[in-house]
Amino acid sequence: MLNRNASRRRLYGGLRGGVILLCACAFFGAAAARADDVEDAQKLMKAGQSQQALERVNRALAANPKDPQARFLKGVILTEQGKPSEAIEIFTKLTQDYPTLPEPYNNLAVIYAGQGQYEKARTALEQSIRTHPTYATAYENLGDVYAKLASQAYGKALQLDASNTAAQNKLSLVRELVREPGVKPTAVAAAAPAKETPKDAPKEAPKDTPKPPVVAQKAPEKPAADSQAEVLKAVRGWAQAWAKKDADAYLGYYAKDFKTPGSGGRADWEKSRRERIAAPKSIAVGIDSPKVTMRGAEQATISFRQTYKSDKLKSQSRKTLELVKTDGHWQIREEKAGK
Amino acid sequence: MTGRVFRQVKRLALLLLAFASFAVAAATPEDRLSAVFEAVEANQLDVALKRVDALIADYPNFRLAYLVRGDLLLARARPLETFGNVLKTVPQERVEDLRAEALQRLRAQRQRPGDDRLPRYVLQLNPDQKHALVVDARRSRLYVYANAGGKPKLIADYYVTLGKNGIDKTREGDQKTPIGVYHVTANLPRKKLTDFYGAGAFPISYPNEWDRRQGRNGHGIWLHGVPSNVYSRAPRASDGCIVLANPDLESLGQRLQIGLTPVIIADEIEWVDEATLDAERASLAAEIEQWRTDWQSRDTERYLAHYSPRFAAGSQRLAAWATHKRKVNAGKSWIKVGLGRVTMLRYPHERDVVVVTFDQDYRSNGLSNVMKKRQYWTKENGRWKILYEAAA
Repeated sequence: MLNRNASRRRLYGGLRGGVILLCACAFFGAAAARADDVEDAQKLMKAGQSQQALERVNRALAANPKDPQARFLKGVILTEQGKPSEAIEIFTKLTQDYPTLPEPYNNLAVIYAGQGQYEKARTALEQSIRTHPTYATAYENLGDVYAKLASQAYGKALQLDASNTAAQNKLSLVRELVREPGVKPTAVAAAAPAKETPKDAPKEAPKDTPKPPVVAQKAPEKPAADSQAEVLKAVRGWAQAWAKKDADAYLGYYAKDFKTPGSGGRADWEKSRRERIAAPKSIAVGIDSPKVTMRGAEQATISFRQTYKSDKLKSQSRKTLELVKTDGHWQIREEKAGK
Repeated sequence: MTGRVFRQVKRLALLLLAFASFAVAAATPEDRLSAVFEAVEANQLDVALKRVDALIADYPNFRLAYLVRGDLLLARARPLETFGNVLKTVPQERVEDLRAEALQRLRAQRQRPGDDRLPRYVLQLNPDQKHALVVDARRSRLYVYANAGGKPKLIADYYVTLGKNGIDKTREGDQKTPIGVYHVTANLPRKKLTDFYGAGAFPISYPNEWDRRQGRNGHGIWLHGVPSNVYSRAPRASDGCIVLANPDLESLGQRLQIGLTPVIIADEIEWVDEATLDAERASLAAEIEQWRTDWQSRDTERYLAHYSPRFAAGSQRLAAWATHKRKVNAGKSWIKVGLGRVTMLRYPHERDVVVVTFDQDYRSNGLSNVMKKRQYWTKENGRWKILYEAAA
């Protein structure tokens, strides 16, 4: 079964392809300054600063419009920025100019799959493998695309309607190939526990010993402090529900207008959260060094260090929640991993 | 990878390889589906996928083909666990329906009756009857026999859907398909029907005389097509009707003669060789001829000896029938009986019951008439006797 981490891995497979290209740049007679730009762009993009990355890569392309490495990177950035048609154009041209490179085919396939064009994705991936028979990323993606096509065929065989959960599940999972770039890598590991253990995960289970909230300096007044305590209480309740694997209670902490990551919608998101909460045998969630910032009486931002431990995964990450007070309850409207 | 992945389908297909009389000259969708499985058996999964894609392109409502396509694609992603390897969360009965259809279609394709195997039921067709249909419920199959000089010759066979609750209909609404000897009674064209019946419908003569005598009721058993959004339906899905794919119903429909074409529905066809069929036909034909001459002889007791003690025609039992015949024959100075266009159809699932239909040309002093008559003959103590007799 496909999961977020697998999707991310495959996307970065594409990026790694880019890195490989960088090494090959000498063959294309690349200038050192431009190489720096590309390298910087790469770093910026990994840091989630895609707009800055795009500016750098555009600078590199201004100097050398044909540079395959810069073009490839631009395609990845545009994919991450949710501009598939521009990215398709770039990757398509790359496949025409460098028909033996598997990565542009692979990324084309990822975009097509994200658009639900699985037959196109399949063609691109088969092309990728034809040019590069040992390209593991393409194989892995192709497996998912075949599975998706199979699922569509089964859907027609069994006349499953769109509301069928099984079919939907498969669809959203493959859709994440494209949705994924919008989520920062650390965020995925933290918010979406999966089988992989990050290398920097703590060896010990995080102790859920709440520390008093570090009150942001801009909110010294007592009513605000009370509100801050309420916010923190709500967030601790959220973490407890998560740790108890009580999906209903957990989901109850999310506001009706919660901004679900990606384009799948609330139902998809709830479903995936339920699955992720149900999967591990045990979960422990710790909230350390919380900082609450009030934005008026009804809105608040809380940042904290989240320690997550399950029988499958341990991770630590920064997390920021935007909360809103509705009918006397604080609920999460937005959830961001990272700072 | 390919060596393992389609193990299950291969096993299924190999199980069905009892007879290797398979023609690759693929024409019908079913032939083409079979060719897909052929490719799977030969480990040519790419060929199989191409074949199934082409099949789907031509028959986009053939759900079973999609199931196979799903398996062929999924097999590229991971090993299959079963034929129709859909998620456990989808309604399993729908998967089971398609699996059952696959099994029935493949089985029928690969176990076509040989030339020396004839259904025991079609003893004799009259010269006007161009065809007879024989349904094997256990195989979900309808066999079309042409009339070759009165003897049956297999010319086509089709997958059919039968009643949800199986066969042996006895009650209205029991959603079963009757077992028996019937004929097509009408032709209801597509434009007079809803989409549910597809290309058209041909009602059959259930309940017949024998059914009524057994107290069976219900009505509206038809041969008909399928809705436009499907190519075929599950083996057991109708309310008792015999359902064919629309192209199959269309080609079958051209062969049907209203009031003439027999439709014999068996639980499982009893197959015999031609010699056995000839012998049975001759034995009964001789007895019918004896009945005719005994009737002409005006020896009423000899004539009545052809009737079973269990004889009944409507409310009239043997005693009343005998009284009536004695009275009529007493006034005759001569009787001449001519029989023409004789049909003899053995009743499935009954011990030696044969439905005989013929044109009767009766002449005598005082009364002459020509009529179509039906008799049910049965064997009692080694001798054929009449159980039922009336105008057809």
